[in-house]
Amino acid sequence: MGLLSDPNRRRALISLLTRLNAPICVVCYMAGVAWFMGLAFEPFTLRTYMSENAMGSTMVEERFPAGERALGTGREFSAHKKKAGGMPVDWLVKTMQSRGLEVFTQRFSRRLPFPDEDKERYMVKGTNVYGILRAPRAPRTEALVLSAPCSPGDDNNQAVGVLLGLAQYFRNQVFWAKDIIFLVNEHDLIGMQAWLEGYHHTNTTGMDWSPLQGRGGSIQAALSLELSSDVVTSLDLVLEGLNGQLPNLDLANLFYAFCQKIGVLCTTQGKLQRNDWDSVSGYSHAVQTMMLMVMKQASGRPWGDHGLFLRYHIEAATIKGINSFRQYKTDATTIGRLLEGMYRKLNNLLERLHQSYFFYLMPSLSHFVSIGYYMPAFGLLALILLLRALDLWIQLATPPPGVLSVLTPLVISHLTGVALYTLPIHFQEIAVEHFPVSETEAVVLTAIAVYTAGLALPHNTHRLLTGRGTENGWKVLKLVAVLYLAVLLGCTALINFSLGFILALTLVPVAAFVTPDLCSATPACTLLFSVFLFQELQEMPVSFLDGWMLYLSVISQGILDHALYGSLVYPLVALLVYPCWLLFWNILFWK
Amino acid sequence: SHAAIKIQPMRQFFSSGHTNNWAVLVCTSRFWFNYRHVANTLSVYRSVKRLGIPDSHIVLMLADDMACNHRNPKPATVFSHKNMELNVYGDDVEVDYRGYEVTVENFLRVLTGRLPPSTPRSKRLLSDDRSNILIYLTGHGGNGFLKFQDSEEISNVELADAFEQMWQKRRYNELLFIIDTCQGASMYERFYSPNLMALASSQVGEDSLSHQPDLAIGVHLMDRYTFYLLEFLEDIHPSSKANMNDLFKVCPKSQCVSTPGHRTDLFLRDPGSALITDFFGSVRKVEITMETINLTEPIHFVNEERQKETYSYVDQLPVSEIIHQKPKQKDWHPPDGFILGLWTLILLVFFKTYGMKHLKHIF
Repeated sequence: MGLLSDPNRRRALISLLTRLNAPICVVCYMAGVAWFMGLAFEPFTLRTYMSENAMGSTMVEERFPAGERALGTGREFSAHKKKAGGMPVDWLVKTMQSRGLEVFTQRFSRRLPFPDEDKERYMVKGTNVYGILRAPRAPRTEALVLSAPCSPGDDNNQAVGVLLGLAQYFRNQVFWAKDIIFLVNEHDLIGMQAWLEGYHHTNTTGMDWSPLQGRGGSIQAALSLELSSDVVTSLDLVLEGLNGQLPNLDLANLFYAFCQKIGVLCTTQGKLQRNDWDSVSGYSHAVQTMMLMVMKQASGRPWGDHGLFLRYHIEAATIKGINSFRQYKTDATTIGRLLEGMYRKLNNLLERLHQSYFFYLMPSLSHFVSIGYYMPAFGLLALILLLRALDLWIQLATPPPGVLSVLTPLVISHLTGVALYTLPIHFQEIAVEHFPVSETEAVVLTAIAVYTAGLALPHNTHRLLTGRGTENGWKVLKLVAVLYLAVLLGCTALINFSLGFILALTLVPVAAFVTPDLCSATPACTLLFSVFLFQELQEMPVSFLDGWMLYLSVISQGILDHALYGSLVYPLVALLVYPCWLLFWNILFWK
Repeated sequence: SHAAIKIQPMRQFFSSGHTNNWAVLVCTSRFWFNYRHVANTLSVYRSVKRLGIPDSHIVLMLADDMACNHRNPKPATVFSHKNMELNVYGDDVEVDYRGYEVTVENFLRVLTGRLPPSTPRSKRLLSDDRSNILIYLTGHGGNGFLKFQDSEEISNVELADAFEQMWQKRRYNELLFIIDTCQGASMYERFYSPNLMALASSQVGEDSLSHQPDLAIGVHLMDRYTFYLLEFLEDIHPSSKANMNDLFKVCPKSQCVSTPGHRTDLFLRDPGSALITDFFGSVRKVEITMETINLTEPIHFVNEERQKETYSYVDQLPVSEIIHQKPKQKDWHPPDGFILGLWTLILLVFFKTYGMKHLKHIF
């Protein structure tokens, strides 16, 4: 007879499961964490390689000569920007036209749900300027984008200068098979969102923008350039986009290949690669790089202007120029050559990038871990929840009070979640009237207030719960809650592995072992802890007070990201993770 | 007597038995990164034209247009040597099958002559039993197949059968088959028709490698085997006496990295007696003689070993097929095994059901 159909063997298996449940759960948790930490260990990773045949190797000859002239243009741009007090639209249009591009502008405006204190804006009005370099002999079916943000102050002037210099150089070449769009966007992500929505004729975030007059075909790849100094010591590649989406690994491979060919120092997460993977410090360096990527991906916000392209299935990355105190400096001509080489290779593409991985983690720029290797770490954590559910199911041998008894806590938790999602923004005016706080603080504090109120619910609503006082009542609730959490975390990990993993790491142990009168942590603690860890990893540790301020700003940014770009982290946490957590909280206070 | 003595020099003229030359040059891959396959084919085309075969006797099939590709920094050129030393596209290239017309079906139809009546002459291989044909294939291949255009393949069995059809229709006198792909030797393994000689750039299990990239254009320009073949052919002129054994030595392993192979067992002559120009060029032998030859007397051939059926040139055009059509006779065939078996089964079932005693009622 089979293992599961033979009653004797089944009984033995069941008794094994119930006896050893807690130890197996602990072992699984340790194994999951160890697996995750092991991902950064170099022998377990793969070297990056170009998967796309059409892009081939780096065999092109880069001949961009005009780095100094590009920097001069950047200085002109800076002067006009100061004079105009924002985007110098007329000067940009005239300059791009003189370089032979077809120039168009787009106006956009947006009122944020509440003022953004990090970037100090509330009513945003701006203009995007973009010029299209038409391919001399090709039909206008495909396009590539090079963008540089127009930032307030002295930032990114050199980026716009290099962009205009490249535009002039590219215009003189005959080998372009795709249109190249040179975009200067104002108000960074908001402007980029307006441009993309206009280009693709979608309106998902309720922004006001004027339609685009000129178009270039479907965009195959995009690069965003951030350069704020005349010389750089290294180039940083930023990959994480909205909702933790990543571009195709081939784009990172292309960047790395050209960095090696031209001899520029390249980094990811701002950390330089090390060769001593077998030493403790080398390994911890790789772990730090990977953890930074995980944290950035989990936050679900776009970390560069490229992040919004990914939603439209356009592979995009941001290249940041970093000027640190290193002796060997790279000048603008070399950066121009690197970009020229990358664009020549992207020009050779026949289809969208799809040969390489879309889900990966990078402990360094030359090594990666693909989804097949990192998923088991999450799987082991999800296994704990399933084992717990099995254990509870076996314990509930006698007919339980019925699943309906669980319905009340479920409904109440979800209503609280809905409150957490909607109340902060809606009640900010009332809060500002009654309390001496700014709108942003009002929103954040309302959110925290609703959260804490939710935590107090079990004390007040336990009268409504049927089956209270019975031993099995809370077990039914726990079974449902554990399965709900498993499904939720599983779905999250599929879309955004980092978010799913971090939530699992902190929520699963407590969810597995919660019983009445055992204390537990909350998702808010997860967030707080993550903020501190993130700052540590970036080698900018903060004091507790600063950390708390950062924590509040993270909450407000999360709500803003959701309203402005459609980031899903805030609704996920408010509408799904928080109610699921409240179910466990209910069990804690079961009487 | 007097005429018989003069026969001897004439035999020297026709020692190879062919009177005209054809070439079928095929590049089977498309896309910009397969630039080198088009350059390969065009460089063989260039050599063949230089040695005398005219465009009317060359069927050139290129699966993609590299010269006018949007990504070509030097439009209207295809280079075979880096630093733009040699432009094999030139200004008198005549491509017969271009782009999506290069398919397995069209290739086999060209070889076997089974083309629809509307096909123009430039797209036909109008060879006869006195033609020496050079067939050159290049592209991406594997063990036993060659890939056409990223969507279909031709197998070595199909190719061998096509050559056998050509032999039975007397469409060639001798045929030289050159292939420059990965595992190219597998494509000539299955040949079984006489008078075939084959060369390949690599053995089964080996990859044929590309030669040199040009950084200004951004692609590899040629494959190694054809590059060294081109260098070898540049030294051949119409009156050169280089023979096939020299061709077999082109591109040894030190230069090609792969091991080129060749097959001569089906070739009836000794390869050393076959000149390069027998296949690559179109050579008109002219010899000035000071003696008079009496043409009124009938010429008696002494010890004629070669008895060949002659097919006239026009018989290959489909018009002749229509004019000379005869009704086909249907032969009587004995019944198939299947039908016999079926009847046996029916009888057995009948007798089992009704018993043997009914036999007497039937017969």
